[in-house]
Amino acid sequence: MAGHIPLSYVGKSSGKKSAEEPLAIRVLLISVALSFLFLFLLLPLLAIFIKAFEQGMGLYIASITDPDALSAIKLTLLVVVLTVPLNALFGIAAAWAITKFDFKGKSILITIIDLPFAISPVIAGLVFVLLFSSHGLFGDFLFEHDIKILFAVPGIVLATLFVTFPFVARELIPLMQSQGSAEEEASLTLGANGWKTFWLVTLPNIKWGLLYGVILCNARAVGEFGAVSVVSGHIRGLTNTMPLHIEILYNEYQFSAAFAVASLMSILAIVTLILKNIVEWKAGEHG
Amino acid sequence: MAKKKWKKHSILPGFGLSLGFTTLYVSLLVLLPLAMIFVNTASMSWADFWATVTEPRVVASYKLSFGAAFAAACINVVFGVLIAWVLVRYSFPGKRVIDGLVDLPFALPTAVAGIALTTLYAETGWVGQFLSFKVAFTPIGITIALTFIGLPFVVRMVQPVLQNFDQETKEASAILGASRLQTFVKVIVPEILPAALTGFALAFARALGEYGSVVFIAGNMPMKTEITPLLIMTKLEQYDYEGATAIAAVMLVISFVLLLFINGLQWWTNRKFAHS
Repeated sequence: MAGHIPLSYVGKSSGKKSAEEPLAIRVLLISVALSFLFLFLLLPLLAIFIKAFEQGMGLYIASITDPDALSAIKLTLLVVVLTVPLNALFGIAAAWAITKFDFKGKSILITIIDLPFAISPVIAGLVFVLLFSSHGLFGDFLFEHDIKILFAVPGIVLATLFVTFPFVARELIPLMQSQGSAEEEASLTLGANGWKTFWLVTLPNIKWGLLYGVILCNARAVGEFGAVSVVSGHIRGLTNTMPLHIEILYNEYQFSAAFAVASLMSILAIVTLILKNIVEWKAGEHG
Repeated sequence: MAKKKWKKHSILPGFGLSLGFTTLYVSLLVLLPLAMIFVNTASMSWADFWATVTEPRVVASYKLSFGAAFAAACINVVFGVLIAWVLVRYSFPGKRVIDGLVDLPFALPTAVAGIALTTLYAETGWVGQFLSFKVAFTPIGITIALTFIGLPFVVRMVQPVLQNFDQETKEASAILGASRLQTFVKVIVPEILPAALTGFALAFARALGEYGSVVFIAGNMPMKTEITPLLIMTKLEQYDYEGATAIAAVMLVISFVLLLFINGLQWWTNRKFAHS
């Protein structure tokens, strides 16, 4: 699979890094690395778009404007609008408490924040089934008050909150730790109150890190599959998010339609990567 | 108000509000739900629990999940270090784009990755048709999906270490007469080892619980290509909440152990950084 990589450039660019490996080794390493990336990353991405348009533009448009597809898109947007701001707020509060103060139990709190990263998404869904199903902890209460959480939108929102909640906090904690509290202390000494200090001193300092965390949180919230699949109940037009809609189409052998919706999500993924790189570059520029 | 002993004095405001909100949020959203797994498991008798989690079909799923996650993490260490090396030390056209593309598995929804990989590696697929052995619907297919999912971890852990790597150390080693291979094994490998191991552990932990990208390519045959998260899902669909919870408890304990291990590794990495 190595034939697709143009290698003619390797000699030209060797001056900058003064890499001491011989040309042949460099060419070999670069071509192996690029072949691997081509096979594992680029080819799947290309496949999505080619399969999406295989049956023509008409079917593509029909697939993404189908009422079930549109309601899946709407539900996914609703979930994102509810979960990302909440987790951003949590991230800021957690980072403020952890980086600006010294208290006992801090390292335990940090470990707990990491937990959702280490847990299978299926288990993330299962825990909410155990809480809210008819046999669950709150089952009787919910039945008596006629509240639906499981197999309804609130369950999907809760499961998504669970799997995406570390993103902003994990981004802000190391950033605010490295920045210290000197600027906030100066602002307070000069007479600004706490909120003013936060808005005018802290927030401008952490805005790129915050945005970075929000971008990652957003990508995961849009694409979460396992946890949402457990709590959704797969009710078409009601509790199907975009990834669940793709699964149903695929399992019904409507491959072009599945890839059409998948291509929308892939565009979003590519936009995410571009934004992420812009933010990385901006953050580097501003220190 | 009397200052609490467990907190050091600070002139910054908002401690009560931020820690209160954080604790409440974490308790309601993470601790209470996770506690349900152990509460429900504790209501089972030990004999029932043991019989459920050691059923042959369940044991087969552990073996598959561990084996495939381990194989994928190994592939990721080898190629992840290579990709990080190439991205840090060599320059070639399109490098920035390729560097950005490495994070694709984090940005692409897992279900989308799943159907794309299945289509590629099916017997009639673009890649599958050139292979003499079956990939989709076998453990090899599962390993490929898990390799995709874990790819960014090792690259992103090793990259900053290589960037900070002291070029002089390497040159000194070469001047003192070490061969290229000796320099690599004795100077570079020890330097990137903690980061590579952390990346390995992160990729392994992620792969162990992964669901979305695997279900499509796995084929999901009991005893053969059924991963543990899928088995939990199947039990839930059959309303066997007890069985699902018992298996989930086993996986949770493994996740906790892995998390502690990763934290230890990260501490080791940071210490190495502080030295160099």
